[in-house]
Amino acid sequence: MTRGDRRDGRRVRGAALGLLAWACGIAFFLPVAWMVLTSFHREPDAATNPPSLVAPLTLHGYREFFGVGGAGVSPWPPLLNSLTASVASTLLVLALAVPAAYALSIRPVRKWRDVLFFFLSTKMLPLVAGLLPVYLVAQNTRMLDSIWLLVILYTSMNLPIAVWMMRSFLAEVPVEILEAASIDGAGLPTTLLRIVGPVALPGIAATALISFIFSWNELLFARVLTGVVAGTSPVFLTGLVTSQGLFLAKVCAAATVVSLPVLVAGFAAQDKLVQGLSLGAVK
Amino acid sequence: MRTPVAERAKGWARRAPLLPALVFLILVTQLPFVVTVVISFMRWNALAPDHRGFAAFDNYRAVVTDPALRSSVGTTVLLTVTVVLVSLVLGLGLALLLDRSFRGRGVVRTLLITPFLVVPVAAALLWKHALYNASYGLFNGVLTWLWHLFGAGDPPQPDWMTDSPLLAVELSLIWQWTPFMMLILLAGLQSRPADAVEAARMDGASTFDVFRHLTLPHLRRYLELAALLGTVYVVQNFDAVFTLTSGGLGTANLPYTIYQTFYQAHDYGRASAQGVVVVLCSLLVANFALRTVSSLLREEITR
Repeated sequence: MTRGDRRDGRRVRGAALGLLAWACGIAFFLPVAWMVLTSFHREPDAATNPPSLVAPLTLHGYREFFGVGGAGVSPWPPLLNSLTASVASTLLVLALAVPAAYALSIRPVRKWRDVLFFFLSTKMLPLVAGLLPVYLVAQNTRMLDSIWLLVILYTSMNLPIAVWMMRSFLAEVPVEILEAASIDGAGLPTTLLRIVGPVALPGIAATALISFIFSWNELLFARVLTGVVAGTSPVFLTGLVTSQGLFLAKVCAAATVVSLPVLVAGFAAQDKLVQGLSLGAVK
Repeated sequence: MRTPVAERAKGWARRAPLLPALVFLILVTQLPFVVTVVISFMRWNALAPDHRGFAAFDNYRAVVTDPALRSSVGTTVLLTVTVVLVSLVLGLGLALLLDRSFRGRGVVRTLLITPFLVVPVAAALLWKHALYNASYGLFNGVLTWLWHLFGAGDPPQPDWMTDSPLLAVELSLIWQWTPFMMLILLAGLQSRPADAVEAARMDGASTFDVFRHLTLPHLRRYLELAALLGTVYVVQNFDAVFTLTSGGLGTANLPYTIYQTFYQAHDYGRASAQGVVVVLCSLLVANFALRTVSSLLREEITR
């Protein structure tokens, strides 16, 4: 075999593997594409066998979902509830996690490693185990069907992840620079702002993204602890399917709308997504 | 000379930023668990509130001998192991594909992570109604289309959800979790030192040799991390089971079973005992998992 043959062989293999990657990407994307396409079809075209690829496009499914024309329940309260719960709990998570991570990395407390593992161990325990007492407490304090109860629970759900992530980011702040700054007479606020801040900001962004996504997606607690007032979008989605005949385009429109914030945030910050998912172990 | 008081004040100053998070987490996650333990020893059904009392180990006896709970433990293990392992293998394959440069790599990466960004309930609804449905779902639609294309009559139209319900749940979860595994493993591959691979290739190592002796050892901690995190999330999965099958046809996993006991049977005592048993079981797994993370953490520190 000559050198040229080998190079050709490698090029052919490279092209084949590239094609394979494209095929896999398309295969994984296909259900989402189908969801979006179906959401723009009329109900009769959405539920055909064999599938109708080319059918007139319409916003009917979206109009149905948003209850335009007065029919059905409006999805705005659940969407706003989800937004409130996700944003508020993410802010609370950051307010609690950033100082905690500081005390576990830059000026570590004694036995900081044990504390860190305590945080993680709470994440290992199934959430459902605490469901009943939370329900009972909520019932007795009139917190049932309140969005703030979800804010508290989502904060506790995401706090361990956030502490781990923020610690791994803050651990990268070079200690020598901190010492040099303190010798130069820089106060704590200056140090935090000038030296810790720039390192912490990407971590804060990644933490916020993950915390937002997990809160936005949560179903179990929302389903058990909320009702008509504080129900979130996932709860609304589960209640969407009724036995009222054709509904596929409407369901697909609903699934698309509810997924849209996560899709946009995730696409816009793919790198942050990886950092967040790996608890900051991957940068 | 420092006085002990000043020393102690300094210690508290260090601890102060940590305390809000720690106290919050103990209040919201540990305290309820203590209450769960207490209730698990009580006879307490919401439908018979006057009957409340001390039940000793009755609830635990009921839980341990409950065939539904036993089968849901089996289902949970099967579901978790299948989903995590298959997603991990697929994710590794995809990560290796994406680690090479080719035209449109960024686009393919974006296509691949999309399933993970669909809200789980929305994904479950999509699979249930738009893909699996026996009469108008995409899967059977494609079968019809293919059969017609080749001029054959009577295409097979399996009812995916009733024929193999657990597989249906697993497939939708694998679809969602493969991108997660892929992202972590891809990051691992890209942190692999390129010069070592280059040197091995110079010495005439084959692609498989490089994979076996360089890539895989380097990926070990990323594989462990991906498997561990995947397990933590899939074990607790509720959305897919709830939406796709409502726990029917042998797909009820532990979270779903506890939800059902609590939500439908209103048996608080037994639901609590279930919760305690589940926590004890997960402590066994968590102990192992934490040890893995601990070794990962040490490697990160000595890096």
